[in-house]
Amino acid sequence: MNPIDPQLPPGDPLVMLGLLASAILFAVGIVGFLSRRNMITMFLCTELMFQGAGLAMISYGRQHMDLSGQVFVIFILTVAAAEAALALGLVVLLYRRKETLSAEAWKELAES
Amino acid sequence: MIAAPAMLSSVLALAQGPLDAQAAPELRWAGLALLLPLVSGVLCLLCGWLKVRSKLPAALTIAALGGAFATILRLQGVVGETPVVINLFDWISWTWGDGSRFHGFTANVDLYVDRLTVFWMLFVTGLGTLIALYASEYMESDVGKGYTRFFGAVSIFLFAMGCLVMGGNLVMLYLGWEGVGLASYLLIGYYFTKPEAVAAAKKAFIVNRIGDLGLALALFLTWQCYGTVEYAALWKAIEAAPASSEWTAQAIPWLLMLGAFGKSAQLPLYVWLPDAMEGPTPVSALIHAATMVTAGVYLIARMFPLFIVNPDALAAVAWVGGLTALLAATIGMAQYDMKRIWAYSTISQLGYMFLGLGVGTTFGASYHVFTHAFFKALLFLTAGAVMHGFAGQLDIRKLSGLLKVPGFRLVSLLAVLGCFWLAAFPFTAAFFSKDEILVSAFTAKDERVHVLGWIGLVVAALTAYYTFRVGFRVFFGPVKYEPGDEHHGHDDHDHAHGGHDANASHGGHAQHGQHAQHGHHGEFHPHGPRWAIRVPLVLIAVGAILAGWPSYRTMLDHDAPNWVKTQVAQSSAYQGAPAGDHATHGGHDAVSHDAAHADHADDAHADHEHLVLGMDAHTAVGRLGSLACIAGILVSLYLHLINRGAADALRRALMGSIATRWIVVGAERKWMVDEFYDWVIRLPLRLVANILSAIDELLLDAGIVNGLGALPAAVGRIFRPLYGGVVQGYAVTMAGGVALVAAWVIWIWLRGAN
Repeated sequence: MNPIDPQLPPGDPLVMLGLLASAILFAVGIVGFLSRRNMITMFLCTELMFQGAGLAMISYGRQHMDLSGQVFVIFILTVAAAEAALALGLVVLLYRRKETLSAEAWKELAES
Repeated sequence: MIAAPAMLSSVLALAQGPLDAQAAPELRWAGLALLLPLVSGVLCLLCGWLKVRSKLPAALTIAALGGAFATILRLQGVVGETPVVINLFDWISWTWGDGSRFHGFTANVDLYVDRLTVFWMLFVTGLGTLIALYASEYMESDVGKGYTRFFGAVSIFLFAMGCLVMGGNLVMLYLGWEGVGLASYLLIGYYFTKPEAVAAAKKAFIVNRIGDLGLALALFLTWQCYGTVEYAALWKAIEAAPASSEWTAQAIPWLLMLGAFGKSAQLPLYVWLPDAMEGPTPVSALIHAATMVTAGVYLIARMFPLFIVNPDALAAVAWVGGLTALLAATIGMAQYDMKRIWAYSTISQLGYMFLGLGVGTTFGASYHVFTHAFFKALLFLTAGAVMHGFAGQLDIRKLSGLLKVPGFRLVSLLAVLGCFWLAAFPFTAAFFSKDEILVSAFTAKDERVHVLGWIGLVVAALTAYYTFRVGFRVFFGPVKYEPGDEHHGHDDHDHAHGGHDANASHGGHAQHGQHAQHGHHGEFHPHGPRWAIRVPLVLIAVGAILAGWPSYRTMLDHDAPNWVKTQVAQSSAYQGAPAGDHATHGGHDAVSHDAAHADHADDAHADHEHLVLGMDAHTAVGRLGSLACIAGILVSLYLHLINRGAADALRRALMGSIATRWIVVGAERKWMVDEFYDWVIRLPLRLVANILSAIDELLLDAGIVNGLGALPAAVGRIFRPLYGGVVQGYAVTMAGGVALVAAWVIWIWLRGAN
């Protein structure tokens, strides 16, 4: 859009490869999240989706000859680290309550 | 059109000069008669806050009422034929338009003092003082909170009664009217833990409210009709336009009458007074016999110029009075509770007063108020002394021969004296006042009321009978008594407690002829009253005897003016011609004519026209009245003293026949008037209330309010199944949603690209 905006020509192989990898990572993550009941596995799957999204950002950053995508990913990694510590702590507490890691065990939190 | 803003000057200028030229300095202090009870009321309130546990409130009240009495006594010597208006402070003064008549409303805190005012206040404050003294002993078991409350309310009552009687305009009268109603409510409901007392207090207040509505409307119409509510200006306005035929002028007496009937317990509205006996006895004596209930008589006497324009209204007053007297007397004959009998006799005697007002003898009515105040207070107070001594016993079947019970001889003697006065025994004070009323009934210009004279004579016989039914049963005959069930009255008789003690002392008491009481408090010792009860009783008895003095004087010396007649004649109550007008017209001529010669000039003239049984009315009524009284007493003497079994036999005989059964049942059940009101008024009101309550509960509460509250919950119930609790379920929904959004975006993009 912006004529001054420098941009690689479409179809750059590295960008394409990165986008493909990010799509695969995200798809694996979402399938894993939906199909598994183990809370740690589900948590790992969310990490996968995170990394897929991050890789997409880096790829598009390269396409646009721009570093902000990479800066964004650095931030995401930081936040994800903090969030991983929290989430694992939560999982440990939940496990102590019910002696199981299955998410099914917490159905009672439902509305009805 | 817009009213000028209210000028509310609250500066208390007690000693502002009266408007009258011949004012004496004593008049400046007339306000004390109002101020002192108010101050003692406030001080009683303070005592309540400070949790005073002594007889201090009684002392304060007695002192204040005594001061008020002294003030009025002082006024009595000063107030002449001319009414005096004393301005205490300015209160309401609105004007609009040009400020002329009908363009302004003035109601200041004024006192209108003429001889009628002083006359009324004399016995109100005098009896108030004595009864407060009596109550200081009577109420002593309640020393503390209740005692303070009692005397505070008594002070407020006297203040309000002062406003009512001394107020210089109808607004002051109305305030006093409501004030005495409030005091009456507070005092009837004095034992507020007792459901009957609470119900009686509410009943009195609500029934009075109906009358008060009439009074309020009369007040509005008075302004509408005459452009003022101040007495002084009102008399002038009536003089300027007498016998107005406008409907407003004609309606005022009817509305005033309604107010008077409510406060004075007359026929449609009398039902509250018997129930008001739930209050402490001094209250029954002061408020519900001697003073407050006479406010209706005062109202009509004071407003007599307004009644003159409407002969029909006066006839209605007479008829209501006469019929109330008859009805209440028949009920009184069949009751067993001493206080209730006196309550019905009060209604009956008030009926006489209204009969007197209706046939135009404001003098007779006021005189009867005066004599009645003393002997009825005496009867109530002796009943209270008996009740106090016998643990609340008031049933005349369970008390007998009290004249011979030690400690009760004086009380019994005074009670019997009071009985003679109530029965209007010849040459007692009440005989003269009743005579005056009945003579006027027989000689009234209005032919429609003559028959009321005969009704009055019948009621005189009934009165004598039921009065001495109590007198002979309770005070004469063999000594026999059962205590009531109130125990507070004899806390000082601890020595009588304990079963074996009672047995040990049993022999000692048998000689009194008393059946041993095996109640849980052992042997019962009635305790006689002490000085604070005895002194007021004696003084009131002396007052009852002296109340006949004006008539004795007139009887001995035909030219001597009757003091009461002078008092009433020189006021607005005199036949519609206000005293002030007399004074302005011809001063002493009018007065001496009214006061001294009225007996012989006016009445004698009338008597020649109205012969009763071939005699002139005075002689006839005197003889017939005496006869009725003595006949009633003799019947009572036989049935209730000589042969007490005969009374029960008579009752059984009457009950035995279907034809006469209704008499006994009707009289004993008070002619079912309360039940009738229940059915005709309370039941429909209750139905309407239930319907409205149902509408409120079903439509407003259940329909609208709860409906709105239920709406979010109902909406939530639709969406709730989506939240099943499985994390993956949520995730699928989310992923599906994201996929949909993505598909949509792509579709847009593809369409844009093409």
